[in-house]
Amino acid sequence: MALTNSSRVPQPEPIPIDARAADHLRYIRETMESAAEFTAVPGWGGVAMGITALVASYFASQQTAPSRWLLVWLLEAGVAVAIAAPAAATKAHRANAKLFSGPGRKFLLSFAPAIVAGGLLTYELAHAGHFSALPGMWLLLYGTAIVTGGAFSVRVVPVMGLCLMLLGAAALFAPDNWGDPLMATGFGGVQIGFGLWIARRYGG
Amino acid sequence: MARSSTAKHEQTQRLKSAPLSSVRGNAREAVSPDLDRLIHERIRLGIVSALAVNRSLTFNELKNLLKTTDGNLSVHARKLEEADYIVCTKSFDGRLPKTEYRLTGAGRKALERYLNHMEALIRATREG
Repeated sequence: MALTNSSRVPQPEPIPIDARAADHLRYIRETMESAAEFTAVPGWGGVAMGITALVASYFASQQTAPSRWLLVWLLEAGVAVAIAAPAAATKAHRANAKLFSGPGRKFLLSFAPAIVAGGLLTYELAHAGHFSALPGMWLLLYGTAIVTGGAFSVRVVPVMGLCLMLLGAAALFAPDNWGDPLMATGFGGVQIGFGLWIARRYGG
Repeated sequence: MARSSTAKHEQTQRLKSAPLSSVRGNAREAVSPDLDRLIHERIRLGIVSALAVNRSLTFNELKNLLKTTDGNLSVHARKLEEADYIVCTKSFDGRLPKTEYRLTGAGRKALERYLNHMEALIRATREG
């Protein structure tokens, strides 16, 4: 009896095995999240947004009143959001990834500031009647949002952002009547081209 | 040759005693002898997990991601390579040598088995 008692060595409190297994699973998830390129950027959604932008640029170029021209492009922005949000959610769901965690969350947090700034500047510039400054500012800030968000995404995304920024810079210094063609090129052509690339290479 | 046999030996080793020492209650039954010790190790588990969500990753990308040293990464990557869980391709990016790793089908299945195993452990322990 005494022998049995003396042979017992005090042992540290054991770690429950479920806690250890949960720790391993957490490690796997965190590693995957930090390693994954954000694949929920919707390629086909980008193509659809590009097509609606081409349509919008046609209708906008037909408008004579600046306020109606602005309305066309604001409607187009709403349509683009309505296409992009479900397209990104669907793609993330298909890839079994969460849209608002890990790289997806980083993408949105990096993407949003330039878009918010663009919204505020649009209000101020339109209010002051500087409509001709809007195409350059929109392309530049949308491109900036794509570049910053694209830092956590597939490599082609920041390249697309850079192309949009270049077009924005060109629009700032180009004659006023170049605004719609440059936006058709950027929001239309660039998004369709890169959208096709993303759809083919990165799963839709 | 010696390296290969070591890796195969390690691959066939199963966790039988270590986790059992800390199991409480009915969770003892949950510990399967099929736990893959090769990817149970932290760095190797990290390599396999990172490659599961990327077509390929370079040596430097993995090193930065897992915050480990060159030596440590190459030792663990070699063990996974010898077990056919990952494949390594060496090439040149301009003048710079480039080492790229990809997960094999066997590696992906091993990770799936490991994930199932961990989930089963949690379920069994909490139900027990």
